[in-house]
Formats: sequence, structure tokens, C-alpha cells
Amino acid sequence: MDATDRRIVAATQAGLPLVAEPYHAVAEAVGLPVAEVMERMRRMLAAGAIRRIGAVPNHYALGYRANGMAVWDVDDARVDALGARIAQLGLASHCYSRPRHPPDWPYNLFTMVHGRDRAEAERGVEAIAAVLGDAVRARDVLFSTRILKKTGLRLGREG
Amino acid sequence: MPAPGAPRLPALDAIDRRLLDGWQRDFPLEPHPFARLASEIGITEAEVLARLHALRDAGMVGRIGAVVRPHTAGCSTLAAVAVAPERLDAVGTEIAALATVNHCYEREHALNLWFVVAAEDEAAMLETMARAAAIAQAPVHDLRLRSEYRIDLGFPLQWN
Repeated sequence: MDATDRRIVAATQAGLPLVAEPYHAVAEAVGLPVAEVMERMRRMLAAGAIRRIGAVPNHYALGYRANGMAVWDVDDARVDALGARIAQLGLASHCYSRPRHPPDWPYNLFTMVHGRDRAEAERGVEAIAAVLGDAVRARDVLFSTRILKKTGLRLGREG
Repeated sequence: MPAPGAPRLPALDAIDRRLLDGWQRDFPLEPHPFARLASEIGITEAEVLARLHALRDAGMVGRIGAVVRPHTAGCSTLAAVAVAPERLDAVGTEIAALATVNHCYEREHALNLWFVVAAEDEAAMLETMARAAAIAQAPVHDLRLRSEYRIDLGFPLQWN
């Protein structure tokens, strides 16, 4: 991603304008020909720097009220294989490995589950638990009780 | 199916649902993308735009835009801190207001405040973490991504 790519991404962060020719509007904002803007976005998509271009629904507003971060302590030697398995099965919207911070935080595998209520989310957690099986040494589910801020990734500093 | 008493979905018709769910990825990268959606659904471009405006104004869709891979542009991490319950409101509000914090949630755990820091580089990110620690008056855990097993492709909405 070069500086021009970054400007394009920054110009689309808050979303494409809802007008008939949104890429033209982005091109005008960054001062480039629209063909170049679209070509650069195509390249960033192909390279994976842009994961997707699409609608980002507000799951909470759409009724998905239960957002659970299910976390697991599994053997470091197995975490990659297990994480890949959970991802492959589509059991979590996000699946990551992150470092433990003992004693406050003994977990190294993070899986995000969503449901319209806690019972539905908890069924998703149990499906993951069944796959992880005896690899699990400790586990927890942290439901979010309040969303204080949720915005798309922003580049650099603003305000 | 949600349990009885679960929140009901807002009243959305089949076209709204398709607009919300059908293009979470592969939104057309072409000069008239909304015209493409319109022709696939069988309505006019003007109606697609009007419905998306309404869905956005109602808070159902945050945006239609690019989802960027973490660390592609800048540096980010997931952070967690244990805040005294009586200070959680004030601390959460203050940390959420930082420009380099882009998600901030209260969660049920001793580590009760979770947020994502995304900044232009590592120094700026660490500066935000230090500010958050000063606001919370507690150590902030830096749970930096080690591996990601599932990339963010959105997830299918269920309407039943």
C-alpha cells in the first residue's frame, strides 16, 4: 500500500457515498482519475490489503443482541490447527490467537459468536467446545454489556 | 430460532434484507455499482439508493465500504483493562473518545473494558495505550494479534 492507496482507503473509510457514481466521488475527493481509483482498489482487493468491499450491517440494530467473546486456553502447540479448524467450520465470525497475560488472562484462542439472544450465542459456544474437545484447559465467555464505540478502521489520527 | 422473548427483528421487507445481506462482500467495483444491484434485484437504481439511505439513517447498515486488513495501514491491537465498577462509565466514555480507539465494549469479566487501538504506527498506538492506562489508573493489557484463522467476510444474517 503506497501513500496514494492510503488516501483512497481513507477516503472510503466512512463508506462510499450513496450516489449513482460513488467511485467518481472518491476520485474527486482524492484528485485522481476514477479509472485509477478503481484499478488501485482492484489491486488492493487482489493483494488482500482490502478484504472486501461491501455492506457492513449493524448486527446489534438488526437484532443480534448477544455478542460473546468465547476464549480458550489450549496448548500453544495445537492452537494453530484448532483455530484453523474452527474457522474452516464457520463456527465463529472471527477467530484469532493472541498472547496470554497470566494470571489475569490465561486464554490464547479467541472466537467471536453472535446470537439474537444469549441462549443462541451459547449454543454457538458449545459447538466450538465440542470441536476443541479435551484440548481445552480453561474457557470463558465474555458477553458485551455495552457498546461504547464501534467505527470502521481509521487510518492515522483524526481530531 | 431465538428463544421466546428475544428481540424481534425490525420490519424489513425482502428487498431490504437482500440489500443488507447480499453484498457484504463483492460489492461491484464498477462505475455504476448501485445500478448493478438494481438490475440484480429488479428495481430501479433510484430505489436502491433511497432504500440504502433509509437503512443507513435507521442505523441498520453502518456503511458500504472497504474492510481493510489489520496492520496493512498502521498498527493495531486489542486492549483490555480492569476498571473499578464505579468508574467504568466515566473511564469507558473517555477511552472511547480517543481518536485512535475504534471499538470499545464493556464485557463481563474482571477485565471489563475492551477496546481496539488502531494508529498510524506502533509509537502512536503505544501512546494511546499509555493514555488509556492513565485514564483507567490500571495496567492495560496489549493482546496483540498472533494469528488470524478466519478473515472477516461478514456473516450471513438469519431472518427467521
